[in-house]
Amino acid sequence: MRIAPVIFMLLSSVQAWAQAPATRDRPVIVASKPFGESYLLAEVFAQLLESRGIKVERRPGLGATEIAFGALRSNAIDVYPEYTGTGLLAILHEPRDSAMRADPRRAYQRVAQRFMAEYGVQWLPPLGFQNGYAIAVRREMATKLNLRSLSDLGRASADLVAGFTSDFIGRPDGLAGLSGLYGMRFKSVRPLSPAVKYVALAESAVDVIDGYSTDGLLARYDLVTLVDDAAFFPPYEAAALVSPRLATGRSDAVAALTLLSGRLDEASMRTWNRRIEVDGEPIARVATDVLKSLGMLGAEPPAGVTAVPATRPGFFAYFWGRRAETLELAVRHLQLVLLALLAAVAAAVPLGLVLERTRRGAEWVVGGLGVLQTIPSIALLAFMIPLLGVGFLPALVALWLYALYPIARNTYTGVRSADPEAVEACEAMGATAAQRLLWVRLPLAAPIVVAGVRTAAVITVGAATLAAFIGAGGLGEPIVTGLALADSRLILSGALPAALLALVVDGVLAAVERAVRPANLRARKRTKPVG
Amino acid sequence: MALELVAESLIHSYNGHRALDDVSLSVPAGTVTALVGESGSGKTTLLRSFNRLVEPQRGTVTIGGADVRNEQPELLRRRLGYVPQHGGLLPHWSVRRNVALVPRLSGIGSPETMGDEALRQVGLEPHTYGDRLPHELSGGQRQRVALARAFAARQQVVLLDEPFGALDAISRSEAHQAFERVRRERGFTALLVTHDLAEAARLADHVVVMRDGKVEQAGRIHDLQHSPATSYVKQLFDQARAGHAALGRYDT
Repeated sequence: MRIAPVIFMLLSSVQAWAQAPATRDRPVIVASKPFGESYLLAEVFAQLLESRGIKVERRPGLGATEIAFGALRSNAIDVYPEYTGTGLLAILHEPRDSAMRADPRRAYQRVAQRFMAEYGVQWLPPLGFQNGYAIAVRREMATKLNLRSLSDLGRASADLVAGFTSDFIGRPDGLAGLSGLYGMRFKSVRPLSPAVKYVALAESAVDVIDGYSTDGLLARYDLVTLVDDAAFFPPYEAAALVSPRLATGRSDAVAALTLLSGRLDEASMRTWNRRIEVDGEPIARVATDVLKSLGMLGAEPPAGVTAVPATRPGFFAYFWGRRAETLELAVRHLQLVLLALLAAVAAAVPLGLVLERTRRGAEWVVGGLGVLQTIPSIALLAFMIPLLGVGFLPALVALWLYALYPIARNTYTGVRSADPEAVEACEAMGATAAQRLLWVRLPLAAPIVVAGVRTAAVITVGAATLAAFIGAGGLGEPIVTGLALADSRLILSGALPAALLALVVDGVLAAVERAVRPANLRARKRTKPVG
Repeated sequence: MALELVAESLIHSYNGHRALDDVSLSVPAGTVTALVGESGSGKTTLLRSFNRLVEPQRGTVTIGGADVRNEQPELLRRRLGYVPQHGGLLPHWSVRRNVALVPRLSGIGSPETMGDEALRQVGLEPHTYGDRLPHELSGGQRQRVALARAFAARQQVVLLDEPFGALDAISRSEAHQAFERVRRERGFTALLVTHDLAEAARLADHVVVMRDGKVEQAGRIHDLQHSPATSYVKQLFDQARAGHAALGRYDT
């Protein structure tokens, strides 16, 4: 096996994340939440900064509000687009205040003042449009039931099935508050991913969904948004939210971003969003067009952007067109997986050996690691953010934690069950504990240990796709973006290589498993006559 | 030169169960003593006291006059051959490598030469069997390899824990022959745990009958047979005789 390139790859990635926070002049890290408009605005921020000669690093599609904001306040990212209403309710947990609801400027002043005082986080002046919740129904149903406002919906709700995003179901400014105020009692409420909710509504699988008022898909499916007649929703003015580090130390970046304040309106945003969500245009190109339309970018577009054809190519052409990017993502994915695995082997094999030797508490420790395994990966990834921020390192730690259990358990049971009679005979004949381990127990347990590593590897390749939610990159990045944009080609462009990678990793480790199989378990061809 | 094995007033308990209850034993140099008794009678515990796999709570164990506790366990064990019930061969090592284990541990001579010599003595031609893996041998061959391993480093003492109990009659007989030949040629002192009186009679000079952690009777097998000290010893011999008698009926 050629090991040198692998080692080089690992070293360079270790170096990459070890150095990044240390350098004084680190690039401005631009992030977004995982939905179309957030991706677009973040890309607009990024290109604007780059056009002013500022180095930028992109971390698109961070999990959700808690993850993105958690990362921002700890300076793990520097800027992402946020909405005043979300800041007010989801982050500050302010009570409902109808006066503020009527006045977007008061809402902005409130969040700007409290965020700066409590987190050192700066709200730049709003971009100029609102993107609030838009409770939407099919036009034909709106006509039939005479639905115009949310009060109308409250009256008709008993016969309707709602399909809301889990974000909306869980937020205080979401379903709970809304149904309380308008007396809604839906026949049932189904949690839907943002990617499928519009299709579900259009095909009558559900009758009501929560959209965003600037969603490009509202127009595509001919939907009616209901008027918030009792002013339940606060204003959701979009603005750039800036980290303490950027707010205090990078006036050049802050000044550049402030150029966008007041320059975007709701109608144009709906058009831009539509180009991404409906027409499937690359985000980078739409972002360039946004900046050009504002006269903030010269005639010369960024390199590589113009090469993409305007028509939707077939899947293979599309996939081929993304090959360089896919390869880059796959390499990063592999780095994440291999580093996590190596670290897990380095920790879990000795742990398994120690447990086997002490026995006392072994079942507890192995059981504890097993419990860790039952935490959903996305939750484990989210737990890492307050401790380690976003990006490569927290994802690595989370994946490492996941990989520990199968390896430690297999080492423990493998070494424990390795031919006790042979081990005892060795002891009775004067082999030291180390000799028994190296000559008998480890060689006999090796296939079981490697089987544990193999299980861990396949789990890790899969879980690493979720690491994109906390900005670790890898093949999860197109999956997360694709889910947010309901773009199945984009999802597949990440999912297929990830599946392929899992098969390859599994195959390589299967070969290792065969190679370490002890002699007595190998099929031997015997040519010598017996006796 | 063989060594004398002596145990004096050994007491040992596992979780309140008394496995050795004031047991004394002496095996003269160059002789074979069989420990006979039911499971749980303490015979294996007594055997394992000699190579310190068991450290008795009271009493002393000496080999050639030296207290075993004065020697580092690993070094002590390399001087004492050991044959467990199922051989305990390393399944992933060739026969040759298995037999050369103790010479290799001790760093004496040329391990493989010593191993091959031992293999020949138990009737296994190294050229034919040396490269095989244990699972490629019959049960009897495996036990003979285990036996070879126990004296390949010229051990002067060999401890055997029911080494031939799991073999069929023919393999057992072959193994017995191998043991007798080796013993003649090497002249080691041996302690043999068995529950088979016939085996004890064939291989051992002395027999020690154990029951519930105590020595019931010790002596030459002929003496035990003709003047059993307790009803238990008498019963033991009566049963063995009954087995023989049953066979004798078909002997004509």
